[in-house]
Amino acid sequence: MKLENIQFELNVFAAEMAKLKNEKHFDFLVTIVGEDFGEEGLGCIYILENTKTHERMSVKAVNADRNEPYIPTVMHLWKSAEILEREVYDFFGIKFLGHKDMRRIYLRSDFEGYPFRKDYDMSADNNRYVLTDDPEPDYTFEYNLDKDGRLVATKRPLFGDEDYVINIGPQHPATHGVLRLQTVLDGETIKKIYPHCGYIHRGIEKMCESYTYPQTLALTDRMDYLSAMMNRHALCSVIEEAMGVEITDRIKYIRTIMDELQRLDSHLLFYGCCAQDLGALTAFIYGMRDREQVLNVMEETTGGRLIQNYYRIGGCQADIDPNFVQNVKKLCAYMKPMFKEYRDIFTGNVILQNRFKNVGRLSMEDAISYGCTGGTGRAAGWHNDVRKNHPYDMYGKVDFDEITYQNGDCFDRYMVRMDEMEQSIRIIEQLIDNIPAGDFYIKQKPIIRVPEGQWYTSCEGSRGEIGVYLDSKGDKSPYRLKFRPMGLPLVSALDDLLRGEKIADLIAVGATLDYVIPDIDR
Amino acid sequence: MEVRKPHIKSIPYAEFKDNESLEKIVNELHEGGVDVFVGSLDQAINWGRSNSLWSLTFATSCCGIEFMAVGCARYDFARFGFEVTRNSPRQADLIMCAGTITHKMAPVLKRLYDEMAEPKYVVAVGGCAISGGPFKGSYHVVKGIEEIIPVDVFVPGCPPRPEAILYGMMQLQRKVKIEKFFGGRNRKEKKPVVVTNVPEDFNK
Repeated sequence: MKLENIQFELNVFAAEMAKLKNEKHFDFLVTIVGEDFGEEGLGCIYILENTKTHERMSVKAVNADRNEPYIPTVMHLWKSAEILEREVYDFFGIKFLGHKDMRRIYLRSDFEGYPFRKDYDMSADNNRYVLTDDPEPDYTFEYNLDKDGRLVATKRPLFGDEDYVINIGPQHPATHGVLRLQTVLDGETIKKIYPHCGYIHRGIEKMCESYTYPQTLALTDRMDYLSAMMNRHALCSVIEEAMGVEITDRIKYIRTIMDELQRLDSHLLFYGCCAQDLGALTAFIYGMRDREQVLNVMEETTGGRLIQNYYRIGGCQADIDPNFVQNVKKLCAYMKPMFKEYRDIFTGNVILQNRFKNVGRLSMEDAISYGCTGGTGRAAGWHNDVRKNHPYDMYGKVDFDEITYQNGDCFDRYMVRMDEMEQSIRIIEQLIDNIPAGDFYIKQKPIIRVPEGQWYTSCEGSRGEIGVYLDSKGDKSPYRLKFRPMGLPLVSALDDLLRGEKIADLIAVGATLDYVIPDIDR
Repeated sequence: MEVRKPHIKSIPYAEFKDNESLEKIVNELHEGGVDVFVGSLDQAINWGRSNSLWSLTFATSCCGIEFMAVGCARYDFARFGFEVTRNSPRQADLIMCAGTITHKMAPVLKRLYDEMAEPKYVVAVGGCAISGGPFKGSYHVVKGIEEIIPVDVFVPGCPPRPEAILYGMMQLQRKVKIEKFFGGRNRKEKKPVVVTNVPEDFNK
């Protein structure tokens, strides 16, 4: 969608945002995009959704002062803003007035400068690494304006004197990557979790700003490698939408089928890892065994196992393999009895039932407030499927159910994914016989330029809404490209989810939230 | 009962180094019904070591998923003796560094390597671990882990196929097989101190 930003003055910003939320029911903060607007100053674009009508809008806030930029916080309105504003602070140095915990989240605490500003020096000499430990402070700052309009910092401690703190990660098998959870414990009970991200922050968004559009595509697959197709789909869609490229039905069919195969792949891995985290190695091996079958089918067309690099602007890299249709049908026939096997071997298991049921409950209000899309939100009863709410490609025309549960506990999150696999097979079966003839690629100019403007498009990834914000100045590379990570809201919700639970349940909750760290850190 | 104290005849050192006399002793023992075979202890140690390399589960990004696939039923690295993966560096023999190492992760990787017990090996899996890969131009990515820790085997690819990872692991086995436990890296001989840049008027 092309963004028509409403701009509010900073002194009325918080009040106007509260009005939008409370009166117009824009209760889902999709993402906050920090941006260096150049002459205009530094600022943010807030993308909001009304969860009843699924209407979306965007709000812009800019501060012209580049030395001490500030914007009032919205973390009291949307809980997801807490971590999103920290991200903006980390990359742009915008201080959010009234934010309770204004620390860096991705970069080291002794990092100098704000890398996403346009005047940041990217040269290797300016960016050296050190092998000493990060001198992490055990306090944080809250910024506010005093009577004269100057920024004042209030220092707050992060821990009490009696607190027992352990670090889970960054090298821990159950965090599914390099995430660090600084956990404050009272005996075995969790009191507070401070997530620390950025151990795999590669600065993809910043790199994209110096790449041409086709070059940016290569990096998307490496963010969330388990929804590589959808990441790329979202980026291709936003560029195609901005350029006004109409893709053929054949491309739409292929993309829909590939997305669903990817979802199947991701959920099978989820099933396997979930089992492994609970100590059920057999189920893990079963999940991986069937995942290989899915990979076989994709590999024959795309040539890649994990990172396929298949979509491109205006279509796909290559036409589908001659055996593709037959292979997909074989896969569907193979997979269907397997779902029963998964239920028999793992879902009904008494250990799983005890460790998942009523553990780590997330209410629907919290899911919306944190912006936990995907299976996590749907397990809490929130109808957030992008495929249903904002249909793209063939999703408006195929028949499938949006799986929702009511409890929002670990078991429901697990079941949502198990049921979604069956729906994926259902979608694929409806499409596979009817792939129409036509072009698999619509030829584009050698140098792709996108007209001026701001766009936001999203797809349903494997674990939530993957959105791409594109700001173009009519150049051959994007002015700002921002991905809405699927996992970041899940990590920010961890603290609420786990407060008062036992530390052993952290593993179960982490397993069912199914976050992928390179997607969070980008 | 009286304990017998047999007199053990020692083999003269010259004969010990001579293959013919060794074979003669082995034959005598065989005739007497004793099963023996002769080999070098280094080989026995290396055989054991190269076939029980346990790796640390150290996966930062995409390559880690391929590493998991190598561990699973279809590729199954246990066939080659990489039986299990260990979550603690103190129990691991090698780091399979699968994925990008960023500036924030660099001290952690160094610490994990330092925590491992000797002998230890490093396999750099994928373009990122080798040189920074597709993220070479970034402000926050280490351009190859060899800047931080010594690497034994490089496995190129983005991500490498499981077959490539298996091949890389087998290359490491070859490397382990020609090591010398006695007299090699384990002999605690002090290295001679070599002084370069001696001032010219030192002895005057």
